[in-house]
Amino acid sequence: MKELFRRAPKAFTPGEQTPDQQTPDNMWVKCPSCGELTYVKQLRDNLKVCRCGNHMRLSAVEWTGLFDSDTFVEHDGNITPLDPLNFVSPKDNYAQKLRESQHSTGLYDAMIGGEASLMGQPLQVTITEFEFIGGSMGSVFGEKIARAAERAYELRVPLLTINASGGARMHEGVISLMQLPKVNLALARLGSVGMPHIAVMTDPCYGGVLASYASVADIIIAEPGARIGFAGRRVIEQTIRQKLPANFQSAEFLLEHGMIDMIVPRNEMRLTLARLLRLYTTRDTSAAPIAADV
Amino acid sequence: MKTALTAWDKVQISRNVQRPRTLDYVRILCDDFFEFHGDRRYADDAAIVAGVGRIMGRSVMIVGHQKGRDTRENMKRNFGMPKPDGYRKALRLFHHAEKFALPVICLIDTPGADPSMESESRGQGNAIAENILVMAQLRTPLVSFVIGEGGSGGALAIGVTDRIFMLEHSIYSVAAPEASAAILWRDSSKAADAAKTMRITAQDLHEMGIVDAIVPEPEGGAHLDPENTVRKVGDLIMNSLEELSAIPTQTLLDQRYQKYRVIGAFDTLTTNQHGNGEPLVFP
Repeated sequence: MKELFRRAPKAFTPGEQTPDQQTPDNMWVKCPSCGELTYVKQLRDNLKVCRCGNHMRLSAVEWTGLFDSDTFVEHDGNITPLDPLNFVSPKDNYAQKLRESQHSTGLYDAMIGGEASLMGQPLQVTITEFEFIGGSMGSVFGEKIARAAERAYELRVPLLTINASGGARMHEGVISLMQLPKVNLALARLGSVGMPHIAVMTDPCYGGVLASYASVADIIIAEPGARIGFAGRRVIEQTIRQKLPANFQSAEFLLEHGMIDMIVPRNEMRLTLARLLRLYTTRDTSAAPIAADV
Repeated sequence: MKTALTAWDKVQISRNVQRPRTLDYVRILCDDFFEFHGDRRYADDAAIVAGVGRIMGRSVMIVGHQKGRDTRENMKRNFGMPKPDGYRKALRLFHHAEKFALPVICLIDTPGADPSMESESRGQGNAIAENILVMAQLRTPLVSFVIGEGGSGGALAIGVTDRIFMLEHSIYSVAAPEASAAILWRDSSKAADAAKTMRITAQDLHEMGIVDAIVPEPEGGAHLDPENTVRKVGDLIMNSLEELSAIPTQTLLDQRYQKYRVIGAFDTLTTNQHGNGEPLVFP
């Protein structure tokens, strides 16, 4: 691995955000589920949940609005991926793919990590960016969760992971695979001091993310309709040569099969997380009640 | 003199039907062995064999993937692709090993975890994740040896260990070459290209610092001299376990943490990223 670090780093600088990438507020967005058109502004006010109930995917930056205003502070925002395999194929070039994704998302990789507070309660957080090569889990992704878990361990605060990922980053090969134990080792250490890891699974959560930290979180929350699984639907259909039921691998299917703790709609996420955090971190019975307490 | 083999040649050798499998290792290395069955929850998965045996006078826990040699055996063993029940059997026996201070030997030889509706419904992802989490903290030495195919999470679920070794013509990958080609290029017939591009050979992994040592095979592959190959593997495992057993448990766990903690290829810049868009306002 030292060899890889010594290799001259390629400079990947994310592109400047150009004005035409910003969606004007007067544009319509079509719901991929029901087909209905909604104003962008109206949709944003509704946390990008369509009237039909479809939870559209949020960017990592959009999710940071979950926390108390201006409390999210990014850590490790300067870590960038390398191309350890020198991955070039006739159809695919990792270095170029990284540059394109960095340009379109403004991020160096598919993950942001940092600290925040949620209704006054401090925590460490990681949020995936699905638009960056399908939120895939490579070296930077793994490193950022490991560091967030280690900070949570040092500070004795909970860890919240918000996830949307297609699985391991193929272009970093077995190095991506080895991020699974790297992350779980850090989580085991966090667990040893009695601090919880809460995972929020949004659409979709597959492969490496599920087979490492997300499915062994102390508390697993899914958004309604999120698709969650180890093997992809297409792979299973090819293997068994028959169509799978429509609700297979949905959050509702997983709840029924005992794989997750609860399904929480987006507009209740903030309050739900705050109440859970209080149960695990506040031992003082006289602590102030949380607004809109049930 | 050996001729240079391509990555795809090695994939073929690693899958050779006569290649020594876990039960061959048990037969050649153990002077006593009992196979233990079942996960105590649902089933006994024949894609993973596990049990306690004695090698060179020492009691050990052996857990390994088991492929078949003919169609009937492959049906029974699901081509070495474990279901959650198999991983949970392994998990049970990892705890068992810790309880009785037995060192653990994991023999890896799987195309990957079973992809089926049944396995998904019983939590394939969770079964693998749980094993990774428990192996990370297990208070007994663990050694893994890739004796054939190291297929993705299906391999890693019995592969988080203090030492990782590979046979010369074995492979270890984030996804099987066919699956890699399908995921990357939507064309599983490009498996040979994927095998080369993804750097999955024992030599690749050794160069990346992930694998601790490689055991050479006879020219043409281990199946041409199973007895000798298996004995060489056994020697390395037992030497390694002797060394690991001398390390105090907490030091062993700290070293295991560091072993995986340093894996990753990234650079640190002086400027931070600035993601596009605005935070939403959550109620």
